[in-house]
Amino acid sequence: MQYSETKGVILDDLEQKQALALLSGDEAVAMAAFDSGVTLGTGYPGTPSTEILETFETLGGKAQWSPNEKVAMEVAIGVAFSGARALVTMKHVGLNVAADPLFTVAYIRLDGALIIVSADDPGMASSQNEQDNRRYALAAGVPMLEPSDSQEAYEFTLRAIEISERWQVPVLLRMTTRVCHSKTVVRRGTMAIPPPHSPHFEHDFPSRVMIPAYAKPAHRRLRKTLAEIAAWNDEAGPNELIKGSSSLGIITSGIAFQHVREAAPQASVLKLGMTYPLPLERMRAFAASVERCIVIEEGDPYLVEAARTAGIAVDAKPEMYRFGELNSTRVRRILNGDISSEAKPVPGKPPALCPGCPHRNVYTVLKDLGCIVAGDIGCYSLGVLPPFQAMDSLVCMGAAIGVGLGLRHSLPPAEARRVVSVLGDSTFVHSGITGLVEMVYNPPESGHVLVILDNGTTAMTGMQEHPGTGRTLNHAQTGKVIFEDLARSLGVRNVYVIDPAQDLGKFQDLIQSCLDKKELSVVIARRDCLLAARSIREYERCNEQQAD
Amino acid sequence: MNSKPTNVVIAGLGGQGVIKASDILADVAFSAGLDVKKSELHGMSQRGGSVSSDVRFGERVFSPMVPEGEADFLLVIAPDQIPVNAAALRLGGSLIDPSQIDESSLSNKKSINVALLGVLSRHLQFPVEAWTAALERNLPQKLHDANLQAFSIGRAAGQTLEQKIGQKR
Repeated sequence: MQYSETKGVILDDLEQKQALALLSGDEAVAMAAFDSGVTLGTGYPGTPSTEILETFETLGGKAQWSPNEKVAMEVAIGVAFSGARALVTMKHVGLNVAADPLFTVAYIRLDGALIIVSADDPGMASSQNEQDNRRYALAAGVPMLEPSDSQEAYEFTLRAIEISERWQVPVLLRMTTRVCHSKTVVRRGTMAIPPPHSPHFEHDFPSRVMIPAYAKPAHRRLRKTLAEIAAWNDEAGPNELIKGSSSLGIITSGIAFQHVREAAPQASVLKLGMTYPLPLERMRAFAASVERCIVIEEGDPYLVEAARTAGIAVDAKPEMYRFGELNSTRVRRILNGDISSEAKPVPGKPPALCPGCPHRNVYTVLKDLGCIVAGDIGCYSLGVLPPFQAMDSLVCMGAAIGVGLGLRHSLPPAEARRVVSVLGDSTFVHSGITGLVEMVYNPPESGHVLVILDNGTTAMTGMQEHPGTGRTLNHAQTGKVIFEDLARSLGVRNVYVIDPAQDLGKFQDLIQSCLDKKELSVVIARRDCLLAARSIREYERCNEQQAD
Repeated sequence: MNSKPTNVVIAGLGGQGVIKASDILADVAFSAGLDVKKSELHGMSQRGGSVSSDVRFGERVFSPMVPEGEADFLLVIAPDQIPVNAAALRLGGSLIDPSQIDESSLSNKKSINVALLGVLSRHLQFPVEAWTAALERNLPQKLHDANLQAFSIGRAAGQTLEQKIGQKR
């Protein structure tokens, strides 16, 4: 494959033959990023976004995991400042962590491209909430594209780069679980975009330094740019009109489009590819062209509210369909105005901690000692389910520490003494370190006990590396954050490293002694994840051989 | 109007090769030049819980999810997952499950997912060579023999079943 100044990506004969592939949406985004010469992909693992960077790396792109989404976003912003193309990927809740840079980078005039992938999880297949991140595009003023299958995931990634470079703004590529993880047929090389700029730096203080004096005009510039993009979206945006019956018109976007086509093949459809800023005039004309116009969207009533605010008369789905994913059956019900209760699926077998998982021993001990456990996000969240039922809270990444401290500060002493914060190694790096600083800075009277479940990998999302493993995304050796050294350097005196699977009694004695101390303790329960242990040994062996 | 796609739901428990089986089936349909969509949920389901995967193929497929009660074939690897997924199957659709296979004849018991694909292959129009090729593309070399054997056993069992049904008719 090569680049041409005029034609962009050119595939040779062999690649042309291989150009048709069955890919997940995540893989298609990665392929587009690779085909368009993205310089760096950054992110933090999170279902359903994780495979994008892994695939990008496999294809030959440069990709790296950051400690969390905020840092990943900031690194990507720096790449875009150089004129190069940057891709940053995360799950929907990750964008909350990265929201701080998001809202301000929207004001900044970029030299290169900045593509932000938000992989939302309607229905919460593997998440703690089902927030609809289309709201972020509106709130931050960031143009947004929503693919509905893998072909569009490929093409919209390329379009996002074009839009980002043309208007010098970041672009949000908003995907959902069924787009990320469904495999559909993709034809590669269907569209050409110009090659990337050569990276270089020029000072441009008013464009990139968001002190109030420069941010005020920058905000006005952003609104002007968004108005231009809205006009373009009305004229030439990636939206599709399917002419059908004049009695029923459906405005839709993303995966909902596919369900609509299945459920109502006869209807006229306006399928929106760019859902911020919206092509309101197209929507208005479409609504006027049909007898009944209804908006079918998954999640929040985002399109409906925007249409109605603009004075476009549209029907909306009943509130009960805000919850969970849509499918063609639910779309049929929406079209029929059916609000009768839906058939409940037969409950399947819930997931459980693997037999022999080291986390099992930790929860056995915490339960036996009657602990109040402020928990966190990872495989170990399964400690809330039977047989353990030993985790009392889960809020967001890293919250175990702050929540545990808050409980210690306010509970009566007899209960406060039983509070333990529990979080995993990757979660600790992601946003537990600041919690640990808080613990040292504002220690509760009863002290506190933090247990880091260090299984040497980001197990929940499929065994990704993180700064605590000392290996990069592609498992090569790199700098390693050593938790016990970090805790000691912050002034925690009681720091212990123990294998919870080796001697249950010893582990229980240690936790008991920490609870009795009325001081700050950090217990690192370290044993490799059963599923990852073999790979970890292999990576270590390869890295040692290379070092020799 | 396009002809309706063929709908297959594959179900089982985490670690049984549900996703691998659906990858192989989707690959066979894709190689035959059909439009294919395949969908499942990742994440929590990996930890031994219920897993199911939808595969749809035909001239044109829209939604990646098999609509409830419209599966032509329900292939279940763990018998206790049959009631969980039964609602997926259409009236007159076929259930394919381990009771149709003599598991003791498999050289590797883990290949039961592929054996059940062998049974399914009897119901579909794809040539056996397409299945063999897809198996080899989707599995590491060292597992080829065991899985090709499992596929043949399933395919033979599928034929026996067909004959039985034929006699009943």
